[in-house]
Amino acid sequence: MSIIVFAESTDGNFKKSTLEAVAYAAEVAKNTSTNCVAVSIGNVDDSKASELAKFGADKIVSIKNDKLIGFVAEAYAKALANIASQENATVIVVSNTYSGKAIAPRVAAKLKAGIVSGVISYPDTSNGFKIRKTVFSGKAFADVNITTAAKVLAITPNTFNTIENNKTANIISVDAGLTDSDFITHSVEISRASGKIPLTEAEIVVSGGRGLKGPENWGLIENLAEALGAATACSKPVSDMHWRPHSEHVGQTGITIKPNLYIAVGISGAIQHLAGVSSSKVIVAINKDPEAPFFKAADYGIVGDAFEVMPKIIEAAKKLKAQHA
Amino acid sequence: MKILVCISNVPDTTTKVTFTDNNTKFNTVGVQYIINPYDELALTRALEITEKQTGTVTAINVGLADAEPSIRKALAIGATDAVRINADPTDAYFVAEQVAAYAKAENFDLILTGRESIDYNGGQVAGLLGEMLNFPSVNVVTAIEIENGIATMERDIDGGKEKLTCKLPLVASAQKELTEPRIPNMRGIMAARTKPLKVVEPNGAEKTSATISFDMPPAKGLCKMIAPENAEQLIDLLHNEAKII
Ligand SMILES: Cc1cc2nc3c(=O)[nH]c(=O)nc-3n(C[C@H](O)[C@H](O)[C@H](O)COP(=O)(O)OP(=O)(O)OC[C@H]3O[C@@H](n4cnc5c(N)ncnc54)[C@H](O)[C@@H]3O)c2cc1C
Ligand SMILES: Nc1ncnc2c1ncn2[C@@H]1O[C@H](COP(=O)(O)O)[C@@H](O)[C@H]1O
Repeated sequence: MSIIVFAESTDGNFKKSTLEAVAYAAEVAKNTSTNCVAVSIGNVDDSKASELAKFGADKIVSIKNDKLIGFVAEAYAKALANIASQENATVIVVSNTYSGKAIAPRVAAKLKAGIVSGVISYPDTSNGFKIRKTVFSGKAFADVNITTAAKVLAITPNTFNTIENNKTANIISVDAGLTDSDFITHSVEISRASGKIPLTEAEIVVSGGRGLKGPENWGLIENLAEALGAATACSKPVSDMHWRPHSEHVGQTGITIKPNLYIAVGISGAIQHLAGVSSSKVIVAINKDPEAPFFKAADYGIVGDAFEVMPKIIEAAKKLKAQHA
Repeated sequence: MKILVCISNVPDTTTKVTFTDNNTKFNTVGVQYIINPYDELALTRALEITEKQTGTVTAINVGLADAEPSIRKALAIGATDAVRINADPTDAYFVAEQVAAYAKAENFDLILTGRESIDYNGGQVAGLLGEMLNFPSVNVVTAIEIENGIATMERDIDGGKEKLTCKLPLVASAQKELTEPRIPNMRGIMAARTKPLKVVEPNGAEKTSATISFDMPPAKGLCKMIAPENAEQLIDLLHNEAKII
């Protein structure tokens, strides 16, 4: 028996969400007296892969294959499911990133495993296998009982802590047993905005709404984001009007995010918007209308004109950054 | 081209979510149901594809009779025909098994789903279907073109975009940006009344999970207000009080 975790990497590096998933799987393994096996797919250096032990992996399986350098959902899912079967896995953990979401259901179907995504708790195994997830884009939680022998959990990024220790683990290189027929989709081109923090992984997010009047004023958002090391986001109408790219749209029909800090500037706080951001740990609302619904969901609020208050905030954030540089 | 579009029937986005029966059931009183917004995009894109190169678009829903207004709406928007698998869709694995069982006999070239349902937020059906049918699956697709049996797509990845190609058959899940949703016109609404809506009984697949109860997020405490003249204090509070920056 074992707990398997997918150690997702991009360009040979693990992300914070990967380390969270490994730490989560290690905790589940500890609570169920089993081992945590981390599976790294793609050509990650052994020295890098060995770091997974520090986050709780008891064993590291590294699948190296030149065809797996880029992400191919069907091949990754098959490789992960093969290891899960060999290791007699009871629980398979992935982070609920875009790649995690692509492979989790395929792994589940291969293993005839029940699957829950958007997981925000450790399993409660006192009576069955109960797990908590967000539903209605964060408006509520559901406690779900998985009844199959194997279970797949896609955990929400930025929800679980990582603890570093000085554990070490063996790295086992394996061949995943893949054939040409496992590579049906072909990646043609990948474009990532360099130097920008992806919204889904950001710990701080600065977001703008229609109150900013036009794309020419986005410097107010970007400058604060830059000073805080934050990602930028926006409300739906802002992306609908093409002031900002669709990929920045947060809310019930956009991306659901869960940063430590969400700063909303000139956003009214409509129910669909709040749905996607209300799990943020600390929320700041800046709006000139004291009746704006966002203040009911916020921890800190400023009733004021964004064009007057933002320069002061940016100034203070720059000072803080300079002090800690 | 034979396209299947999976339609989920979900509460309207303005719904104030509450629960009944000791927090074990979603309270449907006064709730308006709609086609899941991403499924509407999938349906519209399917229609655009079959308008360019002939074909049919079948809408499928796993649901009880109360989902029929949404299915009729899919027909009014332009689906050729529709199928309802008569079962309560409480488990994504079960839903996928029902759709897969239907699709197996029908030889679809392309199956489109939404990126996720806005009620359960699973985002699982596309991948499950892909595996069950032994088709590749591509999720969060923001563009798709079909030519000579090859799909050229763009999808969201963490922090960017990926362009990819895949030969059909294929399952793809629709993300915002794929297209603009269509609103049914009068002619479509009239035509929908006579379009075929087949009701099929579910196969014996077992459910893999059950929701035991619901809960609401803890209420926020009072919002601490900062005077706009002293807006810079925000940074100090976030640093020293909230300890978040
Ligand atoms: C099916 C459906 C799905 C939806 N999904 C989403 C979603 O996922 N995400 C989303 O964001 N929305 C979504 N919406 C839209 C949502 O209902 C709101 O319309 C939207 O969030 C409003 O955006 P906004 O707050 O930027 O604009 P507005 O509602 O126009 O608010 C602008 C705010 O800026 C303030 N303001 C104006 N000038 C200034 C100034 N100088 N300084 C400071 N404040 C100022 C105003 O007081 C106001 O509160 C959805 C709607 C529907 C129907
Ligand atoms: N009951 C259902 N009937 C048909 N399709 C569904 C159903 N539930 C979900 N889907 C499809 O699967 C997608 C993802 O749903 P989910 O995995 O539940 O988030 C939806 O956008 C629909 O396209």
